[in-house]
Amino acid sequence: MSSVDAVAVSHSRTGRLPRLNRRQRTLLVIVLSAALLLSVVAGGLLLGNEMLTTNLDQRNLSPSLEHPFGTDWLGRDMLARTLKGLTLSLVVGVLASTVSVLIALTLGMAAATFGRAVDGAVTWLVDLFLSVPHLVVLILIAFTLGGGTKGVILAVALTHWPSLTRVIRAEVLQLRTAEFVQVSRRLGRTRWWIATRHLLPHLVPQILVGLVLLFPHAILHEAAITFLGFGLSPQQPAVGVILSESMRHLSTGYWWLALFPGLALLVMVRAFDILGDNLRSLVDPRIAHE
Amino acid sequence: MIAPEASEPKPILDVRDLSVSFEQYARGLQKKTLRPITSLSVTIRPGEVLAVVGSSGSGKSLLAHAILGILPSNARVTGTLRHANENLTPERQVALRGSDIALVPQSVGFLNPLMRVGAQVRSAAHNGNAAEAQRAIFARYRLAPEVAGMYPFQLSGGMTRRVLVSTAMISGASLIIADEPTPGMHSAVVEETLGHLRELAGEGRAVMLITHDIEAALTIADRIAVLYAGTTVEIASVADFTGDGQSLRHPYSKALWRALPQNGFAVTPGAQPVLDELPPGCLYEPRCPMSTPDCTGARPEVRALRGGVVRCFHAA
Amino acid sequence: MPLEARGIGFRYQRGPWVLRGVDLAVEPGELVGLTGPSGLGKTTLARILAGYERPLEGNVRLDGGPLPVTGYNPVQLVFQHPEKAVNPRWRMRDTLIEGWEPDPELLKALSIERRWFDHWPNELSGGELQRFCLARALGPRTRYLVADEITTMLDAITQTQIWHVVLDIVRERNLGVLVISHDRPLMKHLCNRIVDLESVMSDFPAAAGEGEVGGSRGQALGFSDLAFRKP
Repeated sequence: MSSVDAVAVSHSRTGRLPRLNRRQRTLLVIVLSAALLLSVVAGGLLLGNEMLTTNLDQRNLSPSLEHPFGTDWLGRDMLARTLKGLTLSLVVGVLASTVSVLIALTLGMAAATFGRAVDGAVTWLVDLFLSVPHLVVLILIAFTLGGGTKGVILAVALTHWPSLTRVIRAEVLQLRTAEFVQVSRRLGRTRWWIATRHLLPHLVPQILVGLVLLFPHAILHEAAITFLGFGLSPQQPAVGVILSESMRHLSTGYWWLALFPGLALLVMVRAFDILGDNLRSLVDPRIAHE
Repeated sequence: MIAPEASEPKPILDVRDLSVSFEQYARGLQKKTLRPITSLSVTIRPGEVLAVVGSSGSGKSLLAHAILGILPSNARVTGTLRHANENLTPERQVALRGSDIALVPQSVGFLNPLMRVGAQVRSAAHNGNAAEAQRAIFARYRLAPEVAGMYPFQLSGGMTRRVLVSTAMISGASLIIADEPTPGMHSAVVEETLGHLRELAGEGRAVMLITHDIEAALTIADRIAVLYAGTTVEIASVADFTGDGQSLRHPYSKALWRALPQNGFAVTPGAQPVLDELPPGCLYEPRCPMSTPDCTGARPEVRALRGGVVRCFHAA
Repeated sequence: MPLEARGIGFRYQRGPWVLRGVDLAVEPGELVGLTGPSGLGKTTLARILAGYERPLEGNVRLDGGPLPVTGYNPVQLVFQHPEKAVNPRWRMRDTLIEGWEPDPELLKALSIERRWFDHWPNELSGGELQRFCLARALGPRTRYLVADEITTMLDAITQTQIWHVVLDIVRERNLGVLVISHDRPLMKHLCNRIVDLESVMSDFPAAAGEGEVGGSRGQALGFSDLAFRKP
């Protein structure tokens, strides 16, 4: 009689690398992508401003060992500019995302706990923001606020909360009818206690993941509106500025001015995406045990 | 093991030493192993109703899933499954599922909410004229013809039970597995559903009734397999469940019988071990009145005793 | 002073009336059984008695006054499905002490093991979870227990353990218990009296006041009346 080995676990031992189970692999990916992002930020912060001084006898050099990303029309090292630019974009993006998430949390919980009128108002607002083209609203708000750093951060913050609000509202609505929440109330617990001990722990994973996934979105938007001229000024070398300035020089053949910053932005955004996705797979109980 | 006598039909299903384990993530990065089923052995013959009785967490539903081949992908299975004298390989499971081995599921949630029930029952038929068979079966279970055009949410509790049994009946399966077919229901519906299962056995099919409710099981079963912590501790005939359980072999079966309200409502302390913390020796030892030091060293094997089967060093 | 339901009426949205004119009382130290054909009515009454729903008609009285809306409710409800009554993101020890800190004797009587405390709800079975839910509900401020089919989904041994603990506490603390079940032998063993929900609804013509009802509306109750026998 042969034995039935139905659908057994399928890791095979190759014997070369130590076998990592799926959770360990996920954590490894998280650590690696976080390390990449941190090194970008570290680079941006640690590099002194001397790398950004104009150096007119080194203008428009193509990529070389000394200047891996080349130099621009003022002789500034493109690698340094890119790193600093990414750091600035990241700070702007993180600030804007955090404010957005806080707005979403407040509105979502309010909609689910303060009754029909509030719920109706919030839902209407959410629908309103979601129905208007995103970039249009961004530009409008940035323009009205007079542009600049403040304008960018506020514009991005005020336009990225709707989807997360919906998610939080749905979660809280469902939680409120859960039996264990009702039991809690009858055991004498106050609404505040229930909100912080029962509801919030359920929401925190969603919020964290939502937050991390919001960063790349915010960063790209900041780059976009700066590129269009509504955001950060040229004195602050964010990635959007770098890209928009390099547009002028593309036709003259200095391709490295746009390619490297663009690629770097892409890589950073993608790193955030991967980080967020892997965090979610750790936290989502449905797939956490595979 | 009970050796089938020459005059009795051969078992249609022979489960030997089935073990199912899962790996799960514990705190941090460690993995721990859950063993919901260990060395489970059971047979079932055509025309008989075998009740598999155990508490929640005893592995009874997993047994059904293992037979049908629908365990989660991270399950590790060892042991032997034989159906109609051939090994029940994953390929055979796929082929036989629904056609020769049918499941009567637990609730209306197993039906497609977007499909009319008549169509769903017809889709479970594997030979002959599906529409005719469906009409005949509905008539037999006193379901009005209009019911075929209804959606699952429109059915009452009793009607749902009858539709679920119809899907198994129309398949013409020789082995029918009913997994908790009457969860917490009123006695009239329970009796009716169990009666339908008994009829299916009367037609020569084999019926495996999985339940925690031993009283219900005793009303229609021929033999009872008692499960504890994922292993079979006793397989007895229904006649052994009488009096104060003196004919039963395993202390757990006796405790179960005597716990019934009409048998004295006797209390037995202790609880079933959690699946990742199984005792090294006999699984029942921590709460067993007959326990001796030998019982902690090794797990007893299944042995024949007085016409039944028991897994205990001390049973007599 | 008893726990009283007076003229309770309830329906969901604009559906049919699930309860109408229901009168029921549970005295301290008494175990009252409640049975009846429709699961929806009994569970709804249980929820109303424990303050989870407000009746549309009639009221619930405890010691002559209304049930408290905030703070600890002396009427505690234990549900049929313990999986839904515990927070899946809390470890079992947090669920256990949510209402009060149960003493070791109670834990021992309920066969709750210390090593379950670290586990998550999805790692334990229904029987184990129900023990925790019961321990949580039996705090010193509890005076009435509404047990809605609490052992229907559990095996016979866990059932006896749970009910023996309840019986002990009823004796010690003069607790009043409403036992909702359809298991006649169980209720005969536990209850001082058994009430059929239909008989205490003023709308039903078959109303006969309180008392034991055997096989009303032609329904066979209990496994002694078998329609099918083995060949």
